[in-house]
Amino acid sequence: MSTNVARVLVCLEEVGAEYEVVNIDFQAKEHKSAEHLARNPFGQIPAFQDGDVVLFESRAISKYIIRKYKSAGEAADLLREGDLREAAMVDVWTEVEAHQYNPALSPVVYECLIYPAMRGVPTNQKVVDESLEKLRKVLDVYEARLSKHTYLAGDSVSFADLNHFPFTFYFMATPHASLFDSYPHVKAWWERLVARPSMKKLGATMAAAAAGIKQA
Amino acid sequence: MAPMKLYGAVLSWNVTRCATALEEAGSDYEIVPINFATAEHKSPEHLVRNPFGQVPALQDGDLYVFESRAICKYAARKNKPELLREGNLEESAMVDVWMEVEANQYTSVLNPILFQVLISPMLGGTTDQKVVDENLEKLKKVLEVYEARLTKSKYLAGDFLSLADLNHVSVTLCLLATPYASVLDAYPHVKAWWSSLMERPSVQKVAAMMKPSA
Repeated sequence: MSTNVARVLVCLEEVGAEYEVVNIDFQAKEHKSAEHLARNPFGQIPAFQDGDVVLFESRAISKYIIRKYKSAGEAADLLREGDLREAAMVDVWTEVEAHQYNPALSPVVYECLIYPAMRGVPTNQKVVDESLEKLRKVLDVYEARLSKHTYLAGDSVSFADLNHFPFTFYFMATPHASLFDSYPHVKAWWERLVARPSMKKLGATMAAAAAGIKQA
Repeated sequence: MAPMKLYGAVLSWNVTRCATALEEAGSDYEIVPINFATAEHKSPEHLVRNPFGQVPALQDGDLYVFESRAICKYAARKNKPELLREGNLEESAMVDVWMEVEANQYTSVLNPILFQVLISPMLGGTTDQKVVDENLEKLKKVLEVYEARLTKSKYLAGDFLSLADLNHVSVTLCLLATPYASVLDAYPHVKAWWSSLMERPSVQKVAAMMKPSA
Protein backbone atom coordinates (compact mmCIF):
# COMPACT_ATOMS: atom_id res chain seq x y z
CA MET A 1 0.00 0.00 0.00
CA SER A 2 1.28 3.47 -0.83
CA THR A 3 2.66 5.15 2.29
CA ASN A 4 1.06 8.42 1.23
CA VAL A 5 -2.32 6.72 1.00
CA ALA A 6 -1.69 5.17 4.43
CA ARG A 7 -0.90 8.64 5.80
CA VAL A 8 -4.43 9.75 4.93
CA LEU A 9 -6.02 6.51 6.17
CA VAL A 10 -4.44 6.97 9.61
CA CYS A 11 -6.14 10.36 9.92
CA LEU A 12 -9.48 9.03 8.64
CA GLU A 13 -9.33 6.25 11.23
CA GLU A 14 -8.28 8.61 14.01
CA VAL A 15 -11.26 10.92 13.52
CA GLY A 16 -13.70 8.06 12.91
CA ALA A 17 -14.76 9.27 9.47
CA GLU A 18 -16.82 7.22 7.07
CA TYR A 19 -14.82 6.55 3.90
CA GLU A 20 -14.10 4.11 1.11
CA VAL A 21 -10.86 3.40 -0.68
CA VAL A 22 -11.07 3.32 -4.47
CA ASN A 23 -8.18 1.47 -6.03
CA ILE A 24 -6.28 3.08 -8.91
CA ASP A 25 -4.80 0.56 -11.32
CA PHE A 26 -1.24 1.67 -12.05
CA GLN A 27 -0.61 -1.34 -14.32
CA ALA A 28 -3.42 -0.12 -16.58
CA LYS A 29 -2.03 3.45 -16.34
CA GLU A 30 -5.25 4.58 -14.70
CA HIS A 31 -3.30 7.23 -12.77
CA LYS A 32 -2.65 9.02 -16.07
CA SER A 33 -6.26 8.79 -17.28
CA ALA A 34 -8.28 11.95 -17.84
CA GLU A 35 -10.61 11.01 -14.95
CA HIS A 36 -7.75 10.70 -12.51
CA LEU A 37 -5.90 13.78 -13.76
CA ALA A 38 -9.06 15.74 -12.94
CA ARG A 39 -8.56 14.62 -9.31
CA ASN A 40 -4.76 14.93 -9.20
CA PRO A 41 -3.20 16.92 -12.06
CA PHE A 42 0.21 15.36 -11.31
CA GLY A 43 -1.24 11.89 -11.99
CA GLN A 44 -0.33 10.62 -8.53
CA ILE A 45 -2.03 9.03 -5.54
CA PRO A 46 -3.69 9.75 -3.25
CA ALA A 47 -6.51 11.92 -4.46
CA PHE A 48 -9.59 12.59 -2.35
CA GLN A 49 -13.18 13.49 -2.93
CA ASP A 50 -15.74 14.71 -0.39
CA GLY A 51 -18.85 15.83 -2.26
CA ASP A 52 -17.69 18.70 -4.48
CA VAL A 53 -14.36 19.02 -2.72
CA VAL A 54 -11.52 17.33 -4.63
CA LEU A 55 -8.05 17.39 -3.09
CA PHE A 56 -4.59 15.94 -3.65
CA GLU A 57 -1.24 15.83 -1.76
CA SER A 58 -1.57 13.51 1.25
CA ARG A 59 -0.76 16.06 3.97
CA ALA A 60 -3.29 18.57 2.58
CA ILE A 61 -5.97 15.85 2.40
CA SER A 62 -5.17 14.75 5.95
CA LYS A 63 -5.49 18.27 7.37
CA TYR A 64 -8.84 18.79 5.64
CA ILE A 65 -10.11 15.59 7.25
CA ILE A 66 -8.83 16.56 10.69
CA ARG A 67 -10.36 20.03 10.50
CA LYS A 68 -13.69 18.71 9.19
CA TYR A 69 -14.03 16.33 12.12
CA LYS A 70 -12.68 18.80 14.69
CA SER A 71 -15.59 18.30 17.04
CA ALA A 72 -15.34 14.50 16.85
CA GLY A 73 -14.04 14.23 20.39
CA GLU A 74 -10.72 13.44 21.99
CA ALA A 75 -8.87 12.45 18.81
CA ALA A 76 -9.88 15.72 17.20
CA ASP A 77 -7.33 18.36 18.11
CA LEU A 78 -4.50 16.88 16.09
CA LEU A 79 -3.45 20.22 14.53
CA ARG A 80 -3.81 22.56 17.56
CA GLU A 81 -4.74 25.43 15.29
CA GLY A 82 -6.33 27.33 18.17
CA ASP A 83 -2.95 27.89 19.84
CA LEU A 84 -0.13 29.72 18.09
CA ARG A 85 2.76 27.98 19.89
CA GLU A 86 1.28 24.50 19.84
CA ALA A 87 0.31 24.76 16.17
CA ALA A 88 3.87 25.86 15.41
CA MET A 89 5.25 22.73 17.11
CA VAL A 90 2.89 20.50 15.10
CA ASP A 91 4.09 22.22 11.92
CA VAL A 92 7.77 21.96 12.87
CA TRP A 93 7.66 18.21 13.53
CA THR A 94 5.48 17.57 10.48
CA GLU A 95 8.13 19.30 8.38
CA VAL A 96 10.87 17.35 10.18
CA GLU A 97 9.19 14.07 9.23
CA ALA A 98 9.12 15.17 5.59
CA HIS A 99 12.59 16.71 5.30
CA GLN A 100 14.78 14.94 7.89
CA TYR A 101 13.27 11.64 9.06
CA ASN A 102 11.75 10.29 5.87
CA PRO A 103 14.74 10.98 3.57
CA ALA A 104 16.97 9.07 6.01
CA LEU A 105 14.61 6.17 6.71
CA SER A 106 12.75 5.55 3.46
CA PRO A 107 15.77 4.40 1.36
CA VAL A 108 16.19 1.52 3.83
CA VAL A 109 12.56 0.53 3.26
CA TYR A 110 12.95 0.81 -0.52
CA GLU A 111 16.19 -1.18 -0.64
CA CYS A 112 15.23 -3.89 1.83
CA LEU A 113 11.55 -4.38 1.05
CA ILE A 114 10.11 -2.55 -1.90
CA TYR A 115 12.70 -2.93 -4.68
CA PRO A 116 13.33 -6.65 -4.03
CA ALA A 117 9.58 -7.37 -3.94
CA MET A 118 8.49 -5.18 -6.83
CA ARG A 119 11.49 -5.17 -9.15
CA GLY A 120 13.33 -8.31 -8.12
CA VAL A 121 16.55 -6.31 -7.59
CA PRO A 122 18.96 -7.05 -4.74
CA THR A 123 19.42 -4.65 -1.83
CA ASN A 124 22.02 -1.93 -2.41
CA GLN A 125 23.88 -2.23 0.87
CA LYS A 126 25.84 1.00 0.34
CA VAL A 127 22.61 3.00 0.17
CA VAL A 128 21.31 1.19 3.24
CA ASP A 129 24.48 1.88 5.23
CA GLU A 130 24.59 5.56 4.28
CA SER A 131 20.91 5.97 5.14
CA LEU A 132 21.31 4.24 8.51
CA GLU A 133 24.15 6.68 9.35
CA LYS A 134 21.89 9.63 8.55
CA LEU A 135 19.01 8.02 10.44
CA ARG A 136 21.14 7.62 13.58
CA LYS A 137 21.84 11.36 13.58
CA VAL A 138 18.15 12.12 13.11
CA LEU A 139 17.19 9.72 15.90
CA ASP A 140 19.69 11.46 18.21
CA VAL A 141 17.56 14.60 17.82
CA TYR A 142 14.30 12.65 18.28
CA GLU A 143 15.67 10.97 21.42
CA ALA A 144 16.48 14.36 22.93
CA ARG A 145 13.05 15.72 22.00
CA LEU A 146 11.10 12.69 23.24
CA SER A 147 13.04 12.76 26.51
CA LYS A 148 11.32 16.07 27.21
CA HIS A 149 7.86 15.45 25.74
CA THR A 150 5.62 12.42 25.45
CA TYR A 151 4.90 13.19 21.81
CA LEU A 152 6.75 15.25 19.22
CA ALA A 153 4.70 18.44 19.40
CA GLY A 154 3.99 18.27 23.13
CA ASP A 155 2.30 16.07 25.66
CA SER A 156 -0.56 14.79 23.53
CA VAL A 157 -0.54 13.07 20.16
CA SER A 158 -0.73 15.23 17.06
CA PHE A 159 -0.65 15.12 13.27
CA ALA A 160 3.15 15.30 13.50
CA ASP A 161 3.34 11.90 15.22
CA LEU A 162 0.79 10.27 12.90
CA ASN A 163 2.82 11.19 9.82
CA HIS A 164 5.60 8.89 10.97
CA PHE A 165 3.46 5.78 11.01
CA PRO A 166 3.49 4.44 7.43
CA PHE A 167 7.21 4.39 6.64
CA THR A 168 8.21 3.46 10.19
CA PHE A 169 5.79 0.54 10.12
CA TYR A 170 7.56 -0.79 7.02
CA PHE A 171 10.99 -0.04 8.51
CA MET A 172 10.12 -2.33 11.41
CA ALA A 173 9.73 -5.15 8.86
CA THR A 174 13.32 -4.69 7.60
CA PRO A 175 16.38 -6.36 9.21
CA HIS A 176 17.27 -2.97 10.75
CA ALA A 177 14.33 -2.54 13.11
CA SER A 178 16.61 -3.08 16.11
CA LEU A 179 18.23 0.31 15.42
CA PHE A 180 15.41 1.83 17.45
CA ASP A 181 16.53 -0.17 20.53
CA SER A 182 19.42 2.29 20.95
CA TYR A 183 16.93 5.14 21.36
CA PRO A 184 14.72 4.19 24.32
CA HIS A 185 12.47 7.27 24.28
CA VAL A 186 11.96 6.95 20.51
CA LYS A 187 11.15 3.26 20.91
CA ALA A 188 8.66 3.97 23.70
CA TRP A 189 7.03 6.68 21.58
CA TRP A 190 6.72 4.27 18.65
CA GLU A 191 5.17 1.62 20.88
CA ARG A 192 2.62 4.14 22.18
CA LEU A 193 1.70 5.04 18.60
CA VAL A 194 1.24 1.49 17.34
CA ALA A 195 -0.95 0.67 20.30
CA ARG A 196 -3.53 3.14 18.96
CA PRO A 197 -6.59 1.43 17.44
CA SER A 198 -6.17 3.35 14.17
CA MET A 199 -2.65 2.03 13.73
CA LYS A 200 -3.42 -1.52 14.75
CA LYS A 201 -6.17 -1.61 12.15
CA LEU A 202 -4.11 0.03 9.45
CA GLY A 203 -1.03 -2.05 10.26
CA ALA A 204 -3.01 -5.22 9.66
CA THR A 205 -4.22 -3.89 6.28
CA MET A 206 -0.71 -2.84 5.26
CA ALA A 207 0.81 -6.17 6.27
CA ALA A 208 -1.83 -8.03 4.27
CA ALA A 209 -1.21 -5.82 1.23
CA ALA A 210 2.56 -6.40 1.52
CA ALA A 211 2.04 -10.17 1.73
CA GLY A 212 -0.09 -9.91 -1.40
CA ILE A 213 2.72 -8.16 -3.30
CA LYS A 214 5.31 -10.78 -2.30
CA GLN A 215 3.11 -13.58 -3.61
CA ALA A 216 2.32 -11.87 -6.92
CA MET B 1 8.09 43.54 22.51
CA ALA B 2 11.40 42.58 20.90
CA PRO B 3 11.39 41.88 17.17
CA MET B 4 11.45 38.25 16.09
CA LYS B 5 14.85 37.00 14.93
CA LEU B 6 15.30 35.05 11.71
CA TYR B 7 18.66 33.28 11.78
CA GLY B 8 20.46 32.51 8.53
CA ALA B 9 21.95 34.03 5.38
CA VAL B 10 19.93 35.72 2.61
CA LEU B 11 21.88 33.54 0.20
CA SER B 12 19.67 30.65 1.33
CA TRP B 13 16.35 30.42 -0.46
CA ASN B 14 14.97 28.65 2.59
CA VAL B 15 15.81 31.73 4.67
CA THR B 16 14.31 34.12 2.09
CA ARG B 17 11.19 31.95 1.87
CA CYS B 18 10.66 32.95 5.50
CA ALA B 19 11.60 36.58 4.86
CA THR B 20 8.88 36.75 2.18
CA ALA B 21 6.22 35.50 4.60
CA LEU B 22 7.44 37.77 7.40
CA GLU B 23 7.45 40.81 5.09
CA GLU B 24 4.00 40.11 3.66
CA ALA B 25 2.59 39.44 7.14
CA GLY B 26 4.02 42.78 8.31
CA SER B 27 5.89 41.03 11.11
CA ASP B 28 8.40 42.86 13.29
CA TYR B 29 11.59 40.90 12.64
CA GLU B 30 15.29 41.15 11.93
CA ILE B 31 17.69 38.84 10.11
CA VAL B 32 20.63 37.59 12.16
CA PRO B 33 23.36 36.05 9.99
CA ILE B 34 24.83 32.67 10.87
CA ASN B 35 28.47 32.13 9.92
CA PHE B 36 28.84 28.72 8.28
CA ALA B 37 32.57 29.25 7.74
CA THR B 38 33.12 29.18 11.51
CA ALA B 39 30.60 26.31 11.94
CA GLU B 40 28.31 28.62 13.89
CA HIS B 41 25.37 26.50 12.69
CA LYS B 42 26.74 23.63 14.79
CA SER B 43 27.37 25.74 17.90
CA PRO B 44 25.47 24.91 21.09
CA GLU B 45 23.67 28.29 20.86
CA HIS B 46 22.37 27.54 17.41
CA LEU B 47 21.48 23.91 18.13
CA VAL B 48 19.02 25.23 20.74
CA ARG B 49 17.26 27.11 17.92
CA ASN B 50 17.51 24.29 15.36
CA PRO B 51 18.57 20.86 16.67
CA PHE B 52 19.50 19.77 13.14
CA GLY B 53 22.10 22.56 12.97
CA GLN B 54 20.51 24.17 9.92
CA VAL B 55 19.07 27.50 8.86
CA PRO B 56 16.61 29.09 8.99
CA ALA B 57 15.52 29.23 12.60
CA LEU B 58 13.11 31.78 14.10
CA GLN B 59 13.11 33.08 17.64
CA ASP B 60 10.01 34.78 19.07
CA GLY B 61 10.64 35.48 22.72
CA ASP B 62 11.27 32.08 24.29
CA LEU B 63 9.81 30.16 21.33
CA TYR B 64 12.05 28.63 18.67
CA VAL B 65 10.58 27.52 15.35
CA PHE B 66 12.58 25.78 12.62
CA GLU B 67 11.94 24.30 9.12
CA SER B 68 11.23 27.17 6.73
CA ARG B 69 7.61 26.31 5.92
CA ALA B 70 6.74 25.95 9.61
CA ILE B 71 8.29 29.39 10.19
CA CYS B 72 6.29 30.87 7.29
CA LYS B 73 3.05 29.49 8.73
CA TYR B 74 3.90 30.83 12.17
CA ALA B 75 4.43 34.33 10.75
CA ALA B 76 1.13 34.14 8.83
CA ARG B 77 -0.87 32.83 11.81
CA LYS B 78 0.60 35.44 14.10
CA ASN B 79 0.41 38.54 11.93
CA LYS B 80 -1.77 37.89 8.83
CA PRO B 81 -3.96 34.79 9.26
CA GLU B 82 -5.95 35.51 6.09
CA LEU B 83 -2.92 34.15 4.21
CA LEU B 84 -3.91 30.69 5.51
CA ARG B 85 -7.73 30.88 5.58
CA GLU B 86 -7.84 28.48 8.52
CA GLY B 87 -11.42 29.41 9.43
CA ASN B 88 -12.70 28.16 6.05
CA LEU B 89 -12.61 24.42 5.41
CA GLU B 90 -12.42 24.48 1.63
CA GLU B 91 -10.21 27.55 1.20
CA SER B 92 -7.69 26.36 3.80
CA ALA B 93 -7.57 22.99 2.04
CA MET B 94 -6.67 24.68 -1.26
CA VAL B 95 -3.96 26.71 0.47
CA ASP B 96 -2.56 23.47 1.92
CA VAL B 97 -2.72 21.65 -1.43
CA TRP B 98 -0.67 24.33 -3.18
CA MET B 99 1.77 24.68 -0.28
CA GLU B 100 2.40 20.93 -0.59
CA VAL B 101 2.73 21.26 -4.37
CA GLU B 102 5.34 24.00 -3.89
CA ALA B 103 7.40 21.75 -1.67
CA ASN B 104 6.90 18.37 -3.32
CA GLN B 105 6.61 19.21 -7.04
CA TYR B 106 8.02 22.71 -7.74
CA THR B 107 10.88 23.35 -5.33
CA SER B 108 11.91 19.67 -5.38
CA VAL B 109 12.90 20.04 -9.06
CA LEU B 110 14.19 23.61 -8.75
CA ASN B 111 16.51 22.81 -5.83
CA PRO B 112 18.94 20.65 -7.86
CA ILE B 113 19.00 23.24 -10.68
CA LEU B 114 19.72 26.10 -8.28
CA PHE B 115 22.33 24.08 -6.42
CA GLN B 116 24.19 23.13 -9.64
CA VAL B 117 24.06 26.59 -11.19
CA LEU B 118 24.35 28.95 -8.21
CA ILE B 119 25.88 27.09 -5.27
CA SER B 120 28.23 24.43 -6.62
CA PRO B 121 30.50 26.93 -8.45
CA MET B 122 30.63 29.04 -5.29
CA LEU B 123 31.90 26.01 -3.36
CA GLY B 124 34.63 25.40 -5.96
CA GLY B 125 32.70 22.65 -7.74
CA THR B 126 31.35 22.41 -11.27
CA THR B 127 27.83 22.54 -12.68
CA ASP B 128 26.51 19.09 -13.60
CA GLN B 129 24.64 20.00 -16.77
CA LYS B 130 22.94 16.59 -16.94
CA VAL B 131 21.28 17.21 -13.56
CA VAL B 132 20.23 20.69 -14.70
CA ASP B 133 18.77 19.43 -17.97
CA GLU B 134 16.87 16.51 -16.40
CA ASN B 135 15.31 18.78 -13.81
CA LEU B 136 14.45 21.48 -16.35
CA GLU B 137 12.44 18.87 -18.25
CA LYS B 138 10.61 17.92 -15.04
CA LEU B 139 10.07 21.62 -14.27
CA LYS B 140 8.35 22.13 -17.64
CA LYS B 141 5.87 19.35 -16.85
CA VAL B 142 5.18 20.94 -13.47
CA LEU B 143 4.71 24.35 -15.09
CA GLU B 144 2.09 22.83 -17.43
CA VAL B 145 0.02 21.98 -14.35
CA TYR B 146 0.53 25.48 -12.92
CA GLU B 147 -0.48 27.03 -16.27
CA ALA B 148 -3.73 25.05 -16.27
CA ARG B 149 -4.42 26.04 -12.66
CA LEU B 150 -3.67 29.73 -13.14
CA THR B 151 -5.91 29.82 -16.18
CA LYS B 152 -8.77 29.09 -13.77
CA SER B 153 -7.87 31.29 -10.80
CA LYS B 154 -5.86 34.43 -10.17
CA TYR B 155 -3.73 32.84 -7.46
CA LEU B 156 -2.91 29.23 -6.70
CA ALA B 157 -5.42 28.54 -3.91
CA GLY B 158 -8.19 30.59 -5.53
CA ASP B 159 -8.83 34.24 -6.31
CA PHE B 160 -7.07 35.33 -3.13
CA LEU B 161 -3.36 35.66 -2.36
CA SER B 162 -2.21 33.04 0.12
CA LEU B 163 0.92 31.65 1.71
CA ALA B 164 0.93 29.05 -1.10
CA ASP B 165 1.84 31.77 -3.64
CA LEU B 166 4.35 33.44 -1.31
CA ASN B 167 6.25 30.21 -0.62
CA HIS B 168 7.22 30.11 -4.31
CA VAL B 169 8.87 33.55 -4.33
CA SER B 170 12.37 32.86 -3.04
CA VAL B 171 13.17 29.92 -5.33
CA THR B 172 11.61 31.69 -8.32
CA LEU B 173 13.73 34.79 -7.69
CA CYS B 174 16.75 32.46 -7.69
CA LEU B 175 15.61 30.87 -10.98
CA LEU B 176 15.60 34.36 -12.50
CA ALA B 177 19.28 34.67 -11.51
CA THR B 178 20.17 31.59 -13.60
CA PRO B 179 20.42 31.38 -17.41
CA TYR B 180 17.13 29.45 -17.37
CA ALA B 181 14.67 32.20 -16.42
CA SER B 182 13.14 32.03 -19.91
CA VAL B 183 11.66 28.60 -19.09
CA LEU B 184 8.67 30.58 -17.73
CA ASP B 185 8.02 32.29 -21.09
CA ALA B 186 6.05 29.35 -22.49
CA TYR B 187 3.51 29.66 -19.67
CA PRO B 188 1.71 33.03 -19.98
CA HIS B 189 -0.60 32.62 -16.98
CA VAL B 190 2.34 31.58 -14.81
CA LYS B 191 4.25 34.66 -16.01
CA ALA B 192 1.29 36.92 -15.26
CA TRP B 193 0.95 35.41 -11.78
CA TRP B 194 4.65 35.92 -11.20
CA SER B 195 4.48 39.55 -12.43
CA SER B 196 1.67 40.32 -10.02
CA LEU B 197 3.69 38.84 -7.15
CA MET B 198 6.73 40.93 -8.20
CA GLU B 199 4.62 44.08 -7.85
CA ARG B 200 4.13 43.47 -4.15
CA PRO B 201 6.34 45.58 -1.86
CA SER B 202 7.14 42.51 0.24
CA VAL B 203 8.49 40.64 -2.79
CA GLN B 204 10.47 43.65 -4.01
CA LYS B 205 12.06 43.96 -0.59
CA VAL B 206 13.11 40.29 -0.61
CA ALA B 207 14.43 40.61 -4.19
CA ALA B 208 16.58 43.55 -3.05
CA MET B 209 17.87 41.52 -0.07
CA MET B 210 19.01 38.76 -2.39
CA LYS B 211 20.97 40.98 -4.79
CA PRO B 212 24.46 41.95 -3.69
CA SER B 213 24.74 45.74 -3.69
CA ALA B 214 25.87 46.96 -7.12
